Amino acid sequence: MAVPENIVTIRNLSKIYAKGEIQVTALDNISLDLAAGEFLALMGPSGSGKSTLLHIIAGIDRPTSGECLVQGVDVTKLNESQLADWRNQNVGFVFQTFNLIPVLTAFENVELPLLLTRLGRAQRRRQVQAALELVGLADRAHHLPKQLSGGQEQRVAIARALVTDPQIVVADEPTGNLDSHSAQDVLGILQSLSRQAGKTVILVTHDPKVAAFGSRSIHLEKGELTR
Amino acid sequence: MNLPGFIIRNAFRNKRRLALSVSSVAASLFLLITLQVALRELTNPISDEGSSLRIIVRNKVSLAQPLPARQLQTLERIPGIVTVSPFSFYGGLYKGDEKFTSFAQFAVDPARTGLLLADAKIPKSQTEAWIADQTSCIVGQMTADRYGLKVGDRMQFTGQIYPCDLELKIAGIYHGTADDRNVIFHQKYLDELLGNPGTVGTWWVRAASAAEVPLVTDRINRAFANTSAEVRAESERAFVLGFVSMWANIKTLIGGISIVVIFALLLVTVSTMSMAIRERFRELAILKALGFRRRELFAFILAESFGLAMGGAIFGAGGAWVVYHLINIQKLTNGLFVMFEVTPRMMGLAFSVAALLGVLAAIAPMLTVARTSVVQGLKTLD
Repeated sequence: MAVPENIVTIRNLSKIYAKGEIQVTALDNISLDLAAGEFLALMGPSGSGKSTLLHIIAGIDRPTSGECLVQGVDVTKLNESQLADWRNQNVGFVFQTFNLIPVLTAFENVELPLLLTRLGRAQRRRQVQAALELVGLADRAHHLPKQLSGGQEQRVAIARALVTDPQIVVADEPTGNLDSHSAQDVLGILQSLSRQAGKTVILVTHDPKVAAFGSRSIHLEKGELTR
Repeated sequence: MNLPGFIIRNAFRNKRRLALSVSSVAASLFLLITLQVALRELTNPISDEGSSLRIIVRNKVSLAQPLPARQLQTLERIPGIVTVSPFSFYGGLYKGDEKFTSFAQFAVDPARTGLLLADAKIPKSQTEAWIADQTSCIVGQMTADRYGLKVGDRMQFTGQIYPCDLELKIAGIYHGTADDRNVIFHQKYLDELLGNPGTVGTWWVRAASAAEVPLVTDRINRAFANTSAEVRAESERAFVLGFVSMWANIKTLIGGISIVVIFALLLVTVSTMSMAIRERFRELAILKALGFRRRELFAFILAESFGLAMGGAIFGAGGAWVVYHLINIQKLTNGLFVMFEVTPRMMGLAFSVAALLGVLAAIAPMLTVARTSVVQGLKTLD
């Protein structure tokens, strides 16, 4: 099947959380298209629904209504197990708090998503090495997370996000815990992923300076797209 | 790295907690095995080769009631009996023991006990010396070792059941029976001290073959039916099991303690696993986001829980097997326990309990992980 021009197509997407008797609308009838290779910055104040939108696109949350087609697959229709496989093959995650497994080395952390594939050990090793080289940490492969700086940890997390060669990389406030220098490094890597590797990067931030690295930015407020 | 390696790394993440948890499981299973071994020792009759041929004849009214010594002539005429000897429990207090003497003393007819105690290994010269001297006795190796006794020494007993004291010269030391603790002396000596009352405690009979034991038992019972001293003859095993039935409360008590041990063990394991998973909740959410499915996360939790419990079983049950195999329990307990054998069945029980614990302890964390969505897990991160 040919990959559609729009890698993400969202139509009339709503998400309503029920907190007891109170209903909170996190996303209100959102429609959005995202082209392959785009670097989209999702902006908005806290509670605006930007992370919820990111989670639905990444297949870790479900909308209350609407469609979310990613690479032609309506992720809202997949069951738990199908979604898990789909995420492993199609989405790379980068989080604010890095979330590396502390007992595993940088190499092993990056290798983790590949353990779910049928790749042999040698092939896994090659892919992990390539991912670490891409983020400039090949020489730190056997360091534990506690032996790395915050910026290095986040670069390992990016390598982990890339190792399965996903088409989409989602990053939720990836520079939130970093100093400005490390933040620049991380954003530079994400930008080059979009520009040079053709990956679609979706980044959540409330910082306009961070959003400036993206090729496009959209704003959410109270669950609605404002611009 | 592979998935089993990942599980092992996680299990060893908090080494102190792992060590303490495995130790608590090990200690509990060690205790469980110990209780089972003790229960078996208390309730299973010790049997040797000769026990299958021995028949115990006691007063039908009560074991405490003596039997007339004149019954010997009748017994000797019953077909299928190879030999018969009086066997009277003296129950004295050995000199130096204050409240309790851990070995029994029996009065017998030494000339007739050769076949009855066929398992006992004793030099012929010592047997002859014992038969020749009415005030002599033979002593089990364990008792001799415990009190540092040797042939020629004297043993003094204060009567607790009979109104007479004993002074016995050791003619021989035997070993090789299932219970090498007893002191065996002449019935005639006891009779003389008691003024020849014409009674014995019990009769011990040896049947010609194991197949004849039920027939001989029946013949003995019928031979004394409707006499002034009716008897109850039964195989040695049945006789010992009669004592065992009196241990019913002990069995219940040990069973109860075992259940409490298992329950405490369950709480410890569940608590440990819950802590381990709660600590790693963030990471499990990340693993889910990376594509790990519920069943893989369940497998991680189950493997870790199972591994912890089985590790405890290896140290606890294995340790019990090694310890009770190596130590001399007879010496340690002053002869209270003789064999203290950890059987394969007990090992199987301990490992089954551990396996069950491993599975049960994993259920609560697995349910928590199943109930929590990736987003809920990630929300605990940011």
